Amino acid sequence: MSGGAFLSRIGFSVLAALLGVLFALPLIWFIFAPFNARAEMGLALPDPWTLSNFATVFQNSFAVRALFNSLIQSVGGVILIGAAATLAAYALSRSTIPGKSAVTYVLLLFSSVVSGSAAMVPIFLIISAMGLIDTQLAVILVFAGGLLPTAMFILRDFIDGIPKSYEESAMVAGASPLQAFFDVALPVIRPGIVVIVVWAFVNIWGSFLIPFILLRSSEQMPASVAIYSFYSEAGTPIVTLLAAYALIYSLPVVLLYLFVSWRFGFRFFGGIKA
Amino acid sequence: MKQFSLLSRRVAALFLAPGAILVGLFILLPFFWVIFVSFTNRTLLGRTALNPEFVGLQNYVRLFDPATFFTRGQFGSSLIITTEFVLLSALVGQALLGLLLAWLMQAIRPGLKRFVEAMVIGAWILPEVVIGFAWFAFLDYDNGTLNMIMRGLGLPPGDFLLQQPFWVIVIFNTWRGAAFSMMLFNSAFASIPPSYFQAADVAGASSWQKFRDIALPLIRGHVVTDLILITMWTFNVFTPFLLTHGGPAYRTELLSIYNYRVAFRDFEFGKGAAVGVIIMLINLVLALIYLSIGRRKSKAEKEAAT
Repeated sequence: MSGGAFLSRIGFSVLAALLGVLFALPLIWFIFAPFNARAEMGLALPDPWTLSNFATVFQNSFAVRALFNSLIQSVGGVILIGAAATLAAYALSRSTIPGKSAVTYVLLLFSSVVSGSAAMVPIFLIISAMGLIDTQLAVILVFAGGLLPTAMFILRDFIDGIPKSYEESAMVAGASPLQAFFDVALPVIRPGIVVIVVWAFVNIWGSFLIPFILLRSSEQMPASVAIYSFYSEAGTPIVTLLAAYALIYSLPVVLLYLFVSWRFGFRFFGGIKA
Repeated sequence: MKQFSLLSRRVAALFLAPGAILVGLFILLPFFWVIFVSFTNRTLLGRTALNPEFVGLQNYVRLFDPATFFTRGQFGSSLIITTEFVLLSALVGQALLGLLLAWLMQAIRPGLKRFVEAMVIGAWILPEVVIGFAWFAFLDYDNGTLNMIMRGLGLPPGDFLLQQPFWVIVIFNTWRGAAFSMMLFNSAFASIPPSYFQAADVAGASSWQKFRDIALPLIRGHVVTDLILITMWTFNVFTPFLLTHGGPAYRTELLSIYNYRVAFRDFEFGKGAAVGVIIMLINLVLALIYLSIGRRKSKAEKEAAT
């Protein structure tokens, strides 16, 4: 390696490290505050390090309930999306329905046009008309519908890549189409389903706008909305509770990210093939 | 030859039904309903909540009223803020930073690479409310991390959320979303045969020359894809609301936040729906560009394969 290349390599490393540190800066507070019994918005080293903030969170039944609500909404949405997307993607991939590719194209187009920020009014009105305002089911249904086209698109791509001969040989051996789907195709599709399930879970778990608009009472709120009620009577945020809560609330997302990057090398971006 | 089908049409229709109902109710119906509501004077409360009247184009006329169009807190001003926000934070910030990061990743040691990637991706995957609070603390006037650094460097501290709210949300969104561009360009660079670069090394090319003359022309398609996608996402993003609530004095009121305020704070659903229709029209243009490029690409790939 020549001297110049060596120097430029050092320069690259220094620049990369600098950028890494710059990206880390806004999150440093978040490493210390949850473990500091006197945490404020300012940056301070915990003295001593303590888990007392977490104890406070778990004694707060409203806080725990909100985490549980987040779980209900995410898992509910994921089950609907997983089931509906798998069935639909399989049908689109394996049947001879006319205009299959047009359907996928139009759905993808609509799903990117009808964003949460554009459709908050009609979504609120539709949920009102269904009598579902302030129910967790409302959040589950809205996300199931909104995320479904992308999930279908990813899965259809995945199923298209699996040879039809698997199911064909099962059917030659006397299996019904349903048996071929459940016993032969489904196990092979499973990794694809895992991908969309993780993707949908992270999306719903982290969402703010939709539950913020559709839910009113504190018993229904997910953690993302409930976190804004951790204020003292004087109107200042209870930072100790908030910080520990934010850390607990972030954990599932971080764990899923680690799981996906370990298992798949983190190379999926919501339906877009690079 | 008759094509052998694994699923009869009836079973296929059965398989499609649950998805069709969900998509119909929560994507197709909102699309048409928002257009319908935008022609009424529907409100959240009061007489017109139950019996909205048809008012024709009145909501649109109010949005585009030249007398107030550019006034702070009005539609036109919000549209301009949003356009600047998209240009600066997505097209300049995220895309350039993502490109730089991806290029650096090609040359650095795995340990350092893992650290930088973890930080950049962490900013992208953490839930938005958590990120909102972390930035609130980061920007805190008294002892926030940023002002501690400013003081340490002998610079005057600032109350940035009040003094420079627009630049805060621009930098915030650049930070938040750079990961996507980085990952997209990472995989784009990985698709270039290493022999191209080895040949350039033999010829004594610098890193910048390799980037400009080999890498950039080869990933042009990825750049276009990236720019359109991050434009669409940034255009619809609601997260800055968690930092500034659109203020102070509407200076960070993006269209998504404006729509929320009109519909759910001022309770004017008709006007809010009109804003929604305009957002959807802009989304439609962006999505059509994206899909037409994707189609052209897959057609070209098919032709190349045969």
